[in-house]
Amino acid sequence: MNMPRATVSKILPFSCVDGPGNRLVLFLQGCNFACVTCHNPHTMALCTHCGDCVPACPTGALTLRDGRVVFDPATCTDCDDCLRACPINANPMVREMSLQEVLAVLRENLAFLDGLTVSGGEATTQLKFLVALFSAIRSAPDLAHLSCLVDSNGHLGPNGWARLLPGADGVMLDIKALDPETHRRLTGQDNARVLASARLLQAAGKLEEIRYLVIPGVTDTEPEIAALGAFLDELGAAPRLRLNAFQAHGVRPPAAGWPTATRAEIDSVASRLSQLGVTHIETPTVYL
Amino acid sequence: MSLDLDTIRKIVTDPTLNPSQKARFLSLEAENALPYPETDPEAAQALAEGVLCDLVEGHAPYKPRYVLPDFSVLLANGSDYLELEPPKTLDEAINCLMIAWHHTPSVTAMPVFIGHLDRLLLPFCEGVTHDDLVNKIRLLWRYIDRVLPDAFLHTNIGPEDNRVARAILQVDAELKQIAPNLTLLYDPESTGETLLRMATDNIAACSKPHIANHPLHAAAFDARGYGIVSCYNALPAAGGAGTLVRLNLHEVARRSEGVEDFLQRALPHYMELQFRLIEARMGWLFERSGFFENFIVEEGWIDRDRFTAMFGIYGMAEAVNMLRGKNGLPGQYGFDAEANALGYRISEQMAAKVEATPVKHAWRGRALLHSQAGISSDLEATPGVRIPYGSEPDPVTHVKALAPHHRFYPSGISEILTLDETVKANPQALFTLAKGALASGFREFTANVAGNDLVRVTGYMIRLSDVEKYRNKEGSRINTTGLGAEAAELTGILERKPRVIGHEYAQGYGQ
Repeated sequence: MNMPRATVSKILPFSCVDGPGNRLVLFLQGCNFACVTCHNPHTMALCTHCGDCVPACPTGALTLRDGRVVFDPATCTDCDDCLRACPINANPMVREMSLQEVLAVLRENLAFLDGLTVSGGEATTQLKFLVALFSAIRSAPDLAHLSCLVDSNGHLGPNGWARLLPGADGVMLDIKALDPETHRRLTGQDNARVLASARLLQAAGKLEEIRYLVIPGVTDTEPEIAALGAFLDELGAAPRLRLNAFQAHGVRPPAAGWPTATRAEIDSVASRLSQLGVTHIETPTVYL
Repeated sequence: MSLDLDTIRKIVTDPTLNPSQKARFLSLEAENALPYPETDPEAAQALAEGVLCDLVEGHAPYKPRYVLPDFSVLLANGSDYLELEPPKTLDEAINCLMIAWHHTPSVTAMPVFIGHLDRLLLPFCEGVTHDDLVNKIRLLWRYIDRVLPDAFLHTNIGPEDNRVARAILQVDAELKQIAPNLTLLYDPESTGETLLRMATDNIAACSKPHIANHPLHAAAFDARGYGIVSCYNALPAAGGAGTLVRLNLHEVARRSEGVEDFLQRALPHYMELQFRLIEARMGWLFERSGFFENFIVEEGWIDRDRFTAMFGIYGMAEAVNMLRGKNGLPGQYGFDAEANALGYRISEQMAAKVEATPVKHAWRGRALLHSQAGISSDLEATPGVRIPYGSEPDPVTHVKALAPHHRFYPSGISEILTLDETVKANPQALFTLAKGALASGFREFTANVAGNDLVRVTGYMIRLSDVEKYRNKEGSRINTTGLGAEAAELTGILERKPRVIGHEYAQGYGQ
C-alpha cells in the first residue's frame, strides 16, 4: 500500500486560536466548499500547473520544468504575488509531505505543544493522510500525549467520520448557516451533510465546538438565530458555540465589500442566543 | 568639563520635572563636571565614537551600578547604624525592609533590587491569615510604586512555591503597576506547575512577571546565590555589579572587512578596549570612591568581593546581517539557519574571551558576559542578541532561533516575545510556550501581551497611558516614562508586533 502524502499549504508552530493550549496547525490544501467569505481563498484548489504564477514571481522562486511549476523556498520572500496571479484559488507554494516529515516537524516543536490541529482548506479532503497521521501519533510514545483536533466544514460523510474519529480527540465544526438556501449561497453546498455531521459528532462525544460566522444582515437575522438556537437545543448538552465576527480582511469580492461585524452586533447575537437557552457562548477577544 | 549654567537653569525651571527629579538631574550634572576616570586614548576614542558605551554611568562612579543587599542579614540582626532591632512580626519585618530600601544605592539613586521577598517574609507569616497577608502586600506595593517609582526596581519570588509568592502574584495582577518589576525563579523540581501557571496567567493580564530559569542561573553562581535585577541582570547576591560597559557589535562590524576579519581582528581588539574601560571604572569605584566604607558593607548586607563587572554586548542582529552582506551571503538573522549560526559563533567566542580575561576587583576575578537589553536612544542596534523589532517570526520559531545563545550569557539575556491579544482567551498556550522556552535553554522568559496598558520597552515597563500623558507635556510621576516615550519615538519599539516598558537610563537631563 502506498503511504499517503499530505498536500500542505502552511504549518504554524504557534497558534492559540485553534483549540486549547498551543497547537501546531497543519493547513492542508484543497476545499470542497467555495465560501464567498473565505479568508484564505488560496487554499481552496489544487495547482493544475498552468504556469500563470511563474511570471508574477519577482524573485524567480517559481519556474516551469517539464510542464510542472517548481517552487524554491530559499528564494521566496513571502510577497504572495503568485497567489494573486493564480486564476483558480490554488497556491504554487504548497508542499507535498510524507507522514514521516510531518511527524518530524511535530518532534522539532514538541516542547512547545499541547496538540495538533489540522485545518485547511478542508482537512478531511485528505482523509487517508489524517487517519494515518493520527494513528501514528497515537502509537508513538513521545507523541501520544498530543491532542489531535480537526477543523472541518462538516461535509464529510458518516463513513469518513467512522474512519477518522477513532484517532481524533475532537472536531471544531463550522456551521455557516441554518437556512439551506443561505448556506448554498455562502458556500456553494447544501447544509444537510453539515447538520448530520454535527449530530453524528455530538453522539460520538467528539464535537469540541461549533463555530458560527456572524455576517451582518446575512447570518444574524431573526430566523437564522432562532434556527441556530433550536438546532443547538436539539443537539442536547450543547457544545461550546464560538461566534466569529465577519471581517473583510483577506476576503475576495463581492464579500470583501460586506460590512464587518462589530462588537455590538456580536454581543446582540450572543444575547439573543442566551435568551433561547444557549449557555456556552464564546465571543472574540479582538475585533478589527 | 565644567558646569553648563544653561542646562542647570533648564533643569531647575523644567515644569515637567518634580523637585526630586530635578535634584537627581542636577547631581548628574555635578558628577559629570569631574574628569572621566583615566583610561587610554584608544578606549576613550572607541567610547567617543559609540563603539563602546558606558550607559552614561557618570564620570565618578561613587556607587556600584547594581547593589543586591542580603536583606536577611538585616532581618536577622537588625542594624546598629539604623538603630533597628531584629523584627519579630510581619509588620516589623516589612517596616525594616522599607527603611533598608531607602539606604540601598544603585546607578539610579533608587534600589534596583529589593530582595527575594517571599523568602524574606515567609518566616514572619505564621498565624497571619491569607487576607491579612494580601492586604499588607497590597499596601507595600502601593508604597513601592508611589515612593520608589522606578521600573528597574526588581523583586524576586520562588523557586519554591509558597503562600507569600502566591499572594504577591495575586496583588501584582490586581494592581498592574510598573513598580516593582517582578521575576519568578522557576525550577521544574520545586516550583510546581500551579505557581508557574499563576505566573503565566499574570503575564496575560499585565505582561509581568519574568520567569527565570533557576537551575541555569544557580549553576552560574555560588551557594550564596543570585538575584535578578533591573533588566534581567543576573548578579551575585550580597554583591552586584560595579559597572556595565557595552559593546555595539554593529559598529564593530562596520569596522570589519567581513566575517573572518571581524572574528580574528576587530572583535578581539574592541573587546580589549572594553576591558580597559571596565578596569578604569572598577578602579575608580574600588580604589577612590570610598563607597566600601558604607555601613551596608560593615553590617554585612553586601560583600566587597561579590561585585562583578558586566561585559555587555548589543546589536548582534545588525552585526550578523552586515557581516554576511560583506561576504555576499544571503539570509536574515533570526530566520536563516546559517545567519543564526554565525551569531552563535560570535557569542561563543566572546564568552571564551570573557572567561579567560582577568578583571581586577571583580567577583572571581572575571567579568560576566551580558546581552544588554538596549536603551531608549539606541538606533540601528537591536538590544542584545534579539531579533529586530517588528520583524520577529512566530514565538516558537523565535525561541528556537535564540535559545542557543543563552548559555553564553551568565549575567543575563532576554528576549521579549510579543503575543497578540487572542492569547488572553487561551492562557494554556502561554503556559506551554513558557515551559517550552525554559526547557529549550532560555535563561529568562518574558512576554508582552497586546492590549495591556502595561508594556515592556527594552527591559523595563511603562504604561502606554503614561506615555500619552508625557507626550502631552503633563509630566509623569514615574521616572521611566520619559525613557519609554523616547524609545517609542526613536526606535520603533511599539512596533514590536503587538508590545512592556524604567529610570536606569535617564542618566542625564535631555538624554
